[in-house]
Amino acid sequence: MRPAHDMLTPVTIEKSFDVDRIRTEFPILKQRVNGKPLAYLDNAATSQKPQVVIDAMNRYYLEENSNIHRGVHFLSDKATQSYEAARKKIQRFINAASHKEIIFVRGTTEAINLVAQSYGRKYFHAGDEMIISAMEHHSNIVPWQMICEEKGLTLRVIPMNDKGELFIDKFETMLNPKTKFVAVVHVSNALGTINPVQQIIEIAHRRGVPVIVDGAQAVPHMKVDVRDLDCDFYAFSAHKMYGPTGVGVLYGKQHLLEAMPPYQGGGDMIKSVTYAKTTYNDLPNKFEAGTPNIVGGVGLGATIDFMNTLDFEAATAHEHELLEYATEVLTTIKGLRIIGTAREKASVVSFVLEGIHPHDIGTILDDDGIAIRTGHHCAQPVMQCFGIPATARASFAMYNTKEEIDALVKGIYKVIEVFS
Amino acid sequence: MSALRELYQEVILDHNKSPRNFRRMEKPDRKVEGYNPLCGDHYTIFLKLENDIIKDICFEGAGCAISKASASVMSSLVKGKTKAEAEMLFNSFHRLVTGESDGVEEIEKLGKLAAFSGVSEFPARVKCASLAWHTLHAALASNEHRVSTE
Repeated sequence: MRPAHDMLTPVTIEKSFDVDRIRTEFPILKQRVNGKPLAYLDNAATSQKPQVVIDAMNRYYLEENSNIHRGVHFLSDKATQSYEAARKKIQRFINAASHKEIIFVRGTTEAINLVAQSYGRKYFHAGDEMIISAMEHHSNIVPWQMICEEKGLTLRVIPMNDKGELFIDKFETMLNPKTKFVAVVHVSNALGTINPVQQIIEIAHRRGVPVIVDGAQAVPHMKVDVRDLDCDFYAFSAHKMYGPTGVGVLYGKQHLLEAMPPYQGGGDMIKSVTYAKTTYNDLPNKFEAGTPNIVGGVGLGATIDFMNTLDFEAATAHEHELLEYATEVLTTIKGLRIIGTAREKASVVSFVLEGIHPHDIGTILDDDGIAIRTGHHCAQPVMQCFGIPATARASFAMYNTKEEIDALVKGIYKVIEVFS
Repeated sequence: MSALRELYQEVILDHNKSPRNFRRMEKPDRKVEGYNPLCGDHYTIFLKLENDIIKDICFEGAGCAISKASASVMSSLVKGKTKAEAEMLFNSFHRLVTGESDGVEEIEKLGKLAAFSGVSEFPARVKCASLAWHTLHAALASNEHRVSTE
């Protein structure tokens, strides 16, 4: 039987995937931009939000707003229940063993910084090494560079091939008794590559090395089971999975989190404070100093309710179809080169056009209401690896359609025409 | 497509395709790098100065059409000008791309620079258009060797 405070929303899982119906859940998609229907193909930057999530956040402010974990009054109790219910929804969503392993943070970036600063400060020593991969986002590079510099560690990088696939055999040879930690991205935001993180974790664990997975681009597009992966830490953001900005999750194995010192000090993370000594709170509160983004947590809870109503497999299959279709039609464009052609890919297509800078592509496509990302995608080392300054990137979510990809292709021909 | 056509005018497309003064300079008097970290646009500007006059200017690097055309047009306009004249042109250019120019008359006086009038409709592209100018400004002031738009 479920405990009373569990507040699980009854779920009707949709057994097929109807993209037209899904689109009606996202009000922003009805918009016209420059007189054209919006084709939002920038989902790897942030996804759009369904009405149910917007409503849940409105309702929180209209009916429940209060501070959590403190008050004895009605509203405080209600707010605390909603926030903690969201934590349990997240726990179930990623199959964590306990809600104590779910730490609310601002997003993936803060989750990684938390681990770097807390775990790193305690366990890293001069002369140690840690390993990241050649396709990390800056958020999974810079926090490690900072702690490595402070502690005197060497940061090593798993190389990749020209398709954007990591050399796992090289990773194996990089591990040695000095290796203290591995940080690797699940799905590359710049290339779309899905990394074999389960294999990476298994190899690292054979040497007793813990692994953090940056799951920002994975959680919206595939079922993630942290116990099945056996990762030690897993980080993701709500805003890339149809939830609000400013909130995200750090999952960590309980025994690791328990042994780690707090990341920030303040209210809520303590049991008692005197000038002589402060006793820290238990998990998860130990890592949640200060009044958190309560409405964000509630919004993320509603997002997970929304995702649980979907046939996730069917949604993923739809995204994969979009990826295959886009790859096929874009490849037919003369002078267009796709960057990132791994066998295992999520719905991201990065590309360059011969002689035309991505920035110009982005501006001209925008004129037709097509939103893509252009630039280095916060992954400058990836760009350097391919010898390019930037790419244009179309990234798809479950609400995108083949018609939008057709519009993209038409737009690219217009770009070519402008520059011919 | 009108705002877009205003942005990608013939002059800009032409200077992007065949940029003028696009080369390295051996033994320059001043050499400054300009960088836009947001999109990776990256240019180096080389100057040869004689007293107060820009005797020669050239540039190399890579970036979008707007930034490259801007560097190219700039280089052809400031060659032979005094530092003060170049700074005045920068000032007018800045007013133009941020939409602060006083009417058609001021714009018409700008000659080739007027081709960048469409930029003001695209706030995200103002930095592209100004990168080379900021770099030139730093080179003339010569207290920096690398400027960034951020």
